[in-house]
Amino acid sequence: MSMVNPLAKARGLGSAKSGVHHWYAQRASALLLLFLVGWLIFSMFQLAGAEYIQARAFLSSPYNAAFMILLLISLFYHGMLGLQVVIEDYVHRPGLEIVLHFLTRAGAFSGMAIGIVYVLKLALGA
Amino acid sequence: MIGPYYRPQLTSIMSITHRATGVFLSIVGAPLLLCWIIAVNNGPQAYAGLVGFFEGWIGKLLLLAILFSMNFHLLNGIRHLIWDTGRALEIKSAYALGWAVLGGTVLLTLALAGVLL
Repeated sequence: MSMVNPLAKARGLGSAKSGVHHWYAQRASALLLLFLVGWLIFSMFQLAGAEYIQARAFLSSPYNAAFMILLLISLFYHGMLGLQVVIEDYVHRPGLEIVLHFLTRAGAFSGMAIGIVYVLKLALGA
Repeated sequence: MIGPYYRPQLTSIMSITHRATGVFLSIVGAPLLLCWIIAVNNGPQAYAGLVGFFEGWIGKLLLLAILFSMNFHLLNGIRHLIWDTGRALEIKSAYALGWAVLGGTVLLTLALAGVLL
């Protein structure tokens, strides 16, 4: 049992350095998504009622494929950070909390991987 | 925020809606975007199947919910980013931007629903 209070222990040790990383990453991905979801909405208007051939041609074009991959990475990353905060705020059973954090991350990275592979498969014509 | 002393306010309702739409987009919206990409990969039949699902009433309702959530989270996200720069934090501007976000969400959702549903 230490008689020193936590503040006194921390004082003079400097900042933990990574304290704002989550906050910053959430906003940086939000800013990227602002443009990428804008592109998605624009594309939705273009592709409304599209036949299969048009949808395929759309995703196969290099710029659309690149934007879609950027969107998938930013979207799943931003969603992962957001779900993490929601779990931290509302789930207070330690075991369940760890499981949900794991599933959130596993799901986000799986979503990115599956999406990127399928977009590349179309774009590269494999 | 729920209790005998809580009075619903635009600001707090929009705050919890931002979270709710974020969770919904993460666990339903993003996977459906993946479904669309996979369907385009799997050929005309798979694509027709997915389009068919979104033509039924369950699919239409789901798509409407996703469009609303996407537009709300996008526009309200801009409001949050403005706040993060230290601007528009006064109660009056928080409300004005709040109403602007709601109006924009309704208009954008109607426009997208008009062409997609």
